[in-house]
Amino acid sequence: MGKTLMKGNEAIGEAAIKAGCRYFFGYPITPQNEIPAYLARRLPKENGVFLQAESEVSAINMVYGASGAGARVMTSSSSPGISLKTEGISYIAGAQLPCVIVNIVRGGPGLGGIQPAQSDYFQAVKGGGHGDYRVVVLAPSTVQELVDLTMDAFEIADYYRNPVMILGDGILGQMMEPVEFKPLNKRDSKEKTWATTGMKDREQNVINSLHMDPEGLENHNIDLQEKYAEITDKEAKSESYKTEDADIVITAYGTTSRICRTAIDQLREEGIKVGMIRPITLWPFPADAFEDVIDSASKFLTVEMSLGQMVEDVKLAVDGRKPVEFYGRTGGMIPSVEEVKEKVKELVGGEK
Amino acid sequence: MVKVWEKPESLTDKVMHYCPGCTHGIIHKITAEVMDELGIRDKTIGVAPVGCSVLAYNYFNCDMQQAAHGRAPAVATGIKRVNPDNAVFTYQGDGDLASIGAAEIVHAAARGEKITTVFVNNAIYGMTGGQMAPTSLEKQVTTTSPYGRDLDHAGHPIKVSEMLSTLPGAVYIERVSVHDVPHILKAKKAIKKAFEYQLEGKGFTLVEVLSTCPTNWGIDPVESLDWLKDNMLPYYPLGNFRSPEKEGK
Ligand SMILES: Cc1ncc(C[n+]2csc(CCOP(=O)(O)OP(=O)(O)O)c2C)c(N)n1
Ligand code: SF4
Repeated sequence: MGKTLMKGNEAIGEAAIKAGCRYFFGYPITPQNEIPAYLARRLPKENGVFLQAESEVSAINMVYGASGAGARVMTSSSSPGISLKTEGISYIAGAQLPCVIVNIVRGGPGLGGIQPAQSDYFQAVKGGGHGDYRVVVLAPSTVQELVDLTMDAFEIADYYRNPVMILGDGILGQMMEPVEFKPLNKRDSKEKTWATTGMKDREQNVINSLHMDPEGLENHNIDLQEKYAEITDKEAKSESYKTEDADIVITAYGTTSRICRTAIDQLREEGIKVGMIRPITLWPFPADAFEDVIDSASKFLTVEMSLGQMVEDVKLAVDGRKPVEFYGRTGGMIPSVEEVKEKVKELVGGEK
Repeated sequence: MVKVWEKPESLTDKVMHYCPGCTHGIIHKITAEVMDELGIRDKTIGVAPVGCSVLAYNYFNCDMQQAAHGRAPAVATGIKRVNPDNAVFTYQGDGDLASIGAAEIVHAAARGEKITTVFVNNAIYGMTGGQMAPTSLEKQVTTTSPYGRDLDHAGHPIKVSEMLSTLPGAVYIERVSVHDVPHILKAKKAIKKAFEYQLEGKGFTLVEVLSTCPTNWGIDPVESLDWLKDNMLPYYPLGNFRSPEKEGK
């Protein structure tokens, strides 16, 4: 199949269909509106259902019902909407239901603005809702990756019976790039024998996150943690760029990583040895990638469109063995190549 | 020996946790009998609420999903859209449906979602210990209206059936009561009709069932039935508010 020029948000919609998703429940919010609009056009033609809910709260609970009934299902939103969805996400994680949630992040807190940001990192990777739960968080940096990771997300969700979040930002959602739809990378998921489809000849199926007996709830949580440990083991993913001989190792994800890549290329021309670890999964965080460079690098720099959220995970990965610096812009402001270069130069020139 | 009554197949053998004299058990039983009579147990998916009936999935012997507080109609929407041929019902209390879940029920009805809601109105929050509900009556004493519900301060009790019957998507709405045997029989008839209309694909159906909460009303079970009759019936009149026949559907 050849390449098609597509807008990021629409590419997500098409990728979902290509992955076999036939149900979408959502509520409008900028800058992700092209996703529901695209699916409203496409899904009825694929014998699927697009439904605009009355709120994000309702949309995520429709996702819960549809997923419990055995369907591949997706919802999408942006920051304030994801805040409302966190109630449902906690229940979905508790009931171990698979689904895909797209967050095209905008600046916050509160109503914030509609420009791109990465300030929902904490909410996405540390929980957001109540309880000891985890959501797999994928961070694409190109429209092609939006497609590939959205398709993968459905497979990961079904395989582990866990919600998977695509964390993008307004730039990615709005930008147009050529994309190719590759065949789905199928995983060997178990049949959904737990789904509520009417009991017919079997015992009753119950989808539930309530465990009134504390020992039972503790055991349920321990089981969940075992699943999360397996995911951490098998699914952590990152890309290293020019890190082999890097003195300064930048960490950045999504759109910010593209800015950093340009800065790295330009700094290298000036003889400054910089490289980058780009996390593709934000949870599980690809901590192992830091082991490969911890001896050769002298300093780490985290660049984000927030005032410092992922930097905490980088510090955990580096574990005090080398200094970790931070540079970020927020509120919809985008760090420029010049700003990143300046920060790196300051680190190179600065005293140890 | 002649068998005069049998536990419906659509109920499990589990012993219910409801307080003595609570009518939740009766409403479960008649709902299960309706499922048996319609022969739909193996294609029914129920949604349990948050409230005293949170464990309904332990009692209904069909596929069940447990929902967050108030969100049962949204969960049921997801289920029904995936399995349009299944029978899908929600079982919800008045706090669940009329307070935190008010938007969900209004919009499920407005969409004409082809589900059935069994709405248990006991004029109080049961599970959390007797707080004021949107349906608590004027002057009713609860833990959060200790001087009696003051309309000026707390607003008016919501008549859910009347409110929802303004929505064209709601094709069948009836208010019933379970304070004595004739009314229990009528209640069962209404629930049966609601399921039948759902199966015919007509639209959203809801049966509001006036129910007792002896524990939190602080009245013994028998007097509770009288309290329901004397206090709830005048404000919450029984009857049909919407039916496909009336609507010409
Ligand atoms: C988000 C959320 N808020 C509050 C609660 C606490 N809660 C549990 S049951 C309940 C009231 C239920 O009352 P009602 O729906 O009238 O049912 P009943 O117990 O009377 O049968 C509340 C407020 C909760 N579980 N979740
Ligand atoms: S608290 Fe009230 S509603 Fe709940 S089980 Fe007891 S009597 Fe029934």
